[in-house]
Amino acid sequence: MRGNTPLQLITLVLLVTLSAPSSAADPATIANQGAGAVVACASCHGKDGGGQASFPRLAGMNAAYLLKQMQDFASGSRDNAVMKPIADALSPEERSAMARYYADLPIPAPWIRPAEAPLPDTDPGARLAMRGAWEKGIPGCVQCHGPGGRGVGGVFPTIAAQPAGYLAAQLQAWKKGTRNNDPLELMRHLSRSLTEAEIKAVSAWFARQPAVAPEGGA
Amino acid sequence: MNPCSKAIALAVIATMVLAGCGDIRPPRTAYRDKPASAAATPPPAAVAASSAVAGSFVPPDHADIPEGPFGDVVRRGRDIFTNTGEHAAAYVGNGLSCGNCHLDAGRLADSAPLWGAYVRYPAYRSKTGSVNNFTERLQGCFVYSMNGKAPAADSPEMLALETYSFWMSQGAPVGTTLPGAGYPKDFKPPQPPDYARGKSVFQENCALCHGEAGQGQQVAGRYVFPPLWGSDSYNWGAGMHQLDNAAGFIKANMPLGRGGSLSDQQAWDVAMYMNSQERPQDPRYTGDLAETRKQFHDDPNSLYGLEIDGRVLGTNPSR
Repeated sequence: MRGNTPLQLITLVLLVTLSAPSSAADPATIANQGAGAVVACASCHGKDGGGQASFPRLAGMNAAYLLKQMQDFASGSRDNAVMKPIADALSPEERSAMARYYADLPIPAPWIRPAEAPLPDTDPGARLAMRGAWEKGIPGCVQCHGPGGRGVGGVFPTIAAQPAGYLAAQLQAWKKGTRNNDPLELMRHLSRSLTEAEIKAVSAWFARQPAVAPEGGA
Repeated sequence: MNPCSKAIALAVIATMVLAGCGDIRPPRTAYRDKPASAAATPPPAAVAASSAVAGSFVPPDHADIPEGPFGDVVRRGRDIFTNTGEHAAAYVGNGLSCGNCHLDAGRLADSAPLWGAYVRYPAYRSKTGSVNNFTERLQGCFVYSMNGKAPAADSPEMLALETYSFWMSQGAPVGTTLPGAGYPKDFKPPQPPDYARGKSVFQENCALCHGEAGQGQQVAGRYVFPPLWGSDSYNWGAGMHQLDNAAGFIKANMPLGRGGSLSDQQAWDVAMYMNSQERPQDPRYTGDLAETRKQFHDDPNSLYGLEIDGRVLGTNPSR
């Protein structure tokens, strides 16, 4: 056994001390109180994980999708000044635990039974969502995101029952290229052809779609 | 109205009539990149063009489907077309919908649009060795592409599909092959298609949606991404099993929303990979694979009955 120098010992103690609080914190604590550099998720995403304004709903989202987003915030392929330091501060285990925590959180009732009625099929947002704008090569959103935008697997996220501000911000981020974590550039490519009016309309349409609990669990 | 403005008004009307825009409902003669005459306002549907193929026919928009009994049948046809398993369940034997291979509800150029097919029938078909009408052509889709059974010619389903096709084709010239009809067929791969290369193309560009085993992806018991082979896909008699059809469709339209992004070679390679997998048996199977190939698949674009990657295709059809 090799002897440790005092400096090595101090480093070791520091590392243990620094990493201990966050690795010891359970997902619910991180979510509601934060841990170290990680601010409480609830402060933006809501206590129930329901999201607001430009902050997405996390409750009831696909765990694999949530985990990948945290990885992409850390790598920068999803460029976000707020989420980057948070994702950096979370260990791989914590990211998985947080993804699982929010995936298992029940979808808040207002998203399941929205106060505002769904927009009619004649709405321009409905048209884009259901049928697309093929004159510009844009498929209907539901062709990949599933019926009503409820999501398909871990790659095509739920876009129903998300705040309109969040959805619009993402389409703009794809369009600008500040969000670059889409497989096959599917979202960046089509978003470049979307007008501001279309972004607003389709975001409003999905925000009013009732949430459907993911399959295999309530 | 003074004589001068009256003359102008008459001239405008005359121009509109000449341009085919004098009717209450604008006739469907709009072609992309060929604007109507300067005096006539382009029909609204031109704004909602369905394809980016230069010179292709522009079908009417969904919003133009009229109210009333005729429109109701058009809408029923559209619903069957886009969700065939639900609205024509008795005739569908797999997990596909018409709209899977005929994108934008059968409106998209280079995706075998209905308006491209409707005006080409009746026609002689080498597949059947006889002149078929449009009804018989649609029945073939159910037998092969949908791996099901043909609705009777006078069934409500067939009437609805024909009405939808007719409505969509209004104003299209009869007896012509319009630009954008069928799938692009005018390109060949630089090298013969290759199974191994096709597998790589598939894994990199297709598996994301269609799954590693081409099985598609379902939500709530319905396919969102269609299965490309296996028991829920088209059978060995379907047009899509032909390499030229598949390569053309893929090149123009896949990955969804990224049409034209694969090279000609990649499109052919992945078409070969997809059509080198097992699928339901050709309903015309005689009981003998070689004999069936000789009778119905004597074509370099069909791999049925050939040995690919150590397997003779059609030997173990999916059930």
